[in-house]
Amino acid sequence: MEVALFVTCLTDTFFPRVGEAVVRVLRHFGCRVEFPEGQTCCGQPAFNSGFHAEAAALARRMIPIFEPHEQVVTPSASCATMVKTHFPELLANEVRWREAAERLAEKTYEFTTFLRQRLDVDIAAHLSFDEPVTFHFPCHAREAYGPEDLHNWLAHSKQVDLCLPEHADLCCGFGGVFAVDYPEISGPMLADRLEDLAASGARLVICNEGGCTLSLAGGAHRRGLPLRFKHIAECLAESLGLMEPER
Amino acid sequence: MSSPTAFRQRVSEAVADERVVRAVHLATWHKVDACAESMRQLRDPEAIRELAAQIKQHTLENLPRYLEQFVAQVEQSGGQVHFAPDADAARRIICDIAAQHGAKLAVKAKSMTSEEVCLNDALEAAGVRTVETDLGEFIVQIDDDRPSHIVTPIIHKDRQQIAQAMARETGCEYTEDAEELTAVARRYLRGIFRRCDLGITGVNFGVAESGTLCVCTNEGNGRMSSTRPQVHVALMGIEKLVPRLRDLPVFLKLLARSSTGQPLTVYTTLITGPKRADDPDGPEELHVVLLDNGRSDLLAGEFAEVLRCIRCGACLNVCPVYRNLGGHAYGSVYPGPIGSLVTPLLQGLDEHAELPRASSLCGACQVVCPVKIDIPGLLVRLRARTRSSQPLLKRVAVRLWKWVMKLPTRYAWAQWWLPRLLRDCGDGWARGGPGPLGAWTHSRDLPIPPKQSFRQLWRKRLSDER
Repeated sequence: MEVALFVTCLTDTFFPRVGEAVVRVLRHFGCRVEFPEGQTCCGQPAFNSGFHAEAAALARRMIPIFEPHEQVVTPSASCATMVKTHFPELLANEVRWREAAERLAEKTYEFTTFLRQRLDVDIAAHLSFDEPVTFHFPCHAREAYGPEDLHNWLAHSKQVDLCLPEHADLCCGFGGVFAVDYPEISGPMLADRLEDLAASGARLVICNEGGCTLSLAGGAHRRGLPLRFKHIAECLAESLGLMEPER
Repeated sequence: MSSPTAFRQRVSEAVADERVVRAVHLATWHKVDACAESMRQLRDPEAIRELAAQIKQHTLENLPRYLEQFVAQVEQSGGQVHFAPDADAARRIICDIAAQHGAKLAVKAKSMTSEEVCLNDALEAAGVRTVETDLGEFIVQIDDDRPSHIVTPIIHKDRQQIAQAMARETGCEYTEDAEELTAVARRYLRGIFRRCDLGITGVNFGVAESGTLCVCTNEGNGRMSSTRPQVHVALMGIEKLVPRLRDLPVFLKLLARSSTGQPLTVYTTLITGPKRADDPDGPEELHVVLLDNGRSDLLAGEFAEVLRCIRCGACLNVCPVYRNLGGHAYGSVYPGPIGSLVTPLLQGLDEHAELPRASSLCGACQVVCPVKIDIPGLLVRLRARTRSSQPLLKRVAVRLWKWVMKLPTRYAWAQWWLPRLLRDCGDGWARGGPGPLGAWTHSRDLPIPPKQSFRQLWRKRLSDER
């Protein structure tokens, strides 16, 4: 099966290891992975800030880049939603672009959704942890999976000591440009979330969204909290022996 | 009214008020848990929410027809209907009714619509003493405060503040015991109810087919306010209609559950017309004041679904922004996520352009909304309407960002520069910087990006590995 990786600008820049893990896991399950090098950003920050003309301009350049590929997979659920839901909305009045956007929407998958729906992979069966683990559910993953799904993958994985946060889905305070527009609100939201995660007792936090990880890891570092964050793709790659475990 | 700097000022004050932040955290988490638990008790909560959303949407799409039917039914049952195009008209109509009856003392049940039109000030100015009879609103009133939540007006107050206000106003002995305080308020308000000559309530649902007003309260004060005085004035927004009596249970199942986690409010009062000839008691006159105040302008546009709102307050309780700000920072009688839509839409986007932007779009509100309003989606649409009023620097920055993202070489160049521009504190993290970086590092550090991006990694070794 041919798959084009849409790595997203945040993962590309800050978390290359997540991109590598996605590639290795997809290859492990028999995919031929391509990386269209013309890709940059899907325009989500502009879209969420109400700069829709700018976001549409980036949508128009993203669509042809992925046009030749059978399927598109991305480690970020929020960028997947941008492509799947908001591209067709943004281009609703331009018939040919809209049709192209709908074709791209149809074949774009968030990473875990692709594993489950297209490759029929039982995520939990391939996961194992050698230390206590907790999780942060990214708000924008809701279109792809729910907090209970994330909970189940971890709870049913091998030898897991799952430490539940008090609140399964609580915003990390990132919200894209919001964190920069209103740091004085975003800060206390982040503090609430970190307090909850730290109280779980685990040091390893599973978080599948680069934006959330950037915010949470930055907050944890500022406070001297001993929390580490990993994307589920990294956990899978490590559990499957495809990557050296990172401590 | 408001301005970006005024809003920022209120935000800074709100997040620094530890007492309020603590009280709001406690109360909202308690409610979130109670609501979730009571929704789980419904056989199919999702289907009921879907049905409620559809009924409301259908009513809005046929509002002129249902309004006509409602007005005819209220009049047929002996009530009088007044139409208030704006807040000023609503105040004038209600003050006129008070004047016609020489009213001197009005009792009020809790009504956010009356807060919206600033009714109390108008009545007081017209010489009518107006007493809030909902316990929370009563405490707001005697403490010269403002409600900070649409269901729990004193969510921002703690026990000591309430005890002090009660002792000061009623002359009772200082106590922090909730039961004792309630008893004091009850005795005090009974005296008021005995003497009042005008009763004012809001309306939770107006039933078009019968002209019935449905008022939901927990303390019985709504029923007292609508039956004890000789004249009952009910103020309702035009969006409060439901077509049929049999639609009511759908909403009653959701309203209290979403608000407080109760299966039903303690009192659910259905009022059809004033006192009839053979009724032993009740008001001689019933006046229904239908308020537009910007609502009909929304009906045809892309924001119509905000009018589905039944004011349950669930979105406030789950909102992490509201939890850390409290209600006053929003500068409106409607705070929280729904307020960030309703306030700019009803009172002017220019004055409240910043409200839709003060959200992380986490969507917790949408998950709990009993009438399934797409709050985050609508917030984004409102943001799009205020893009031209954003600071010049931001508009330029977005343009520049777009210019970079349009070309992979520019993007890769920016990516190369980023780690070199950030000031590493020696541990791989940056703790400050200019512009947006300074805002980001207000409460979190920024990791210095790895020297090698994913695309470099791909080119160097990943692409031809198997």
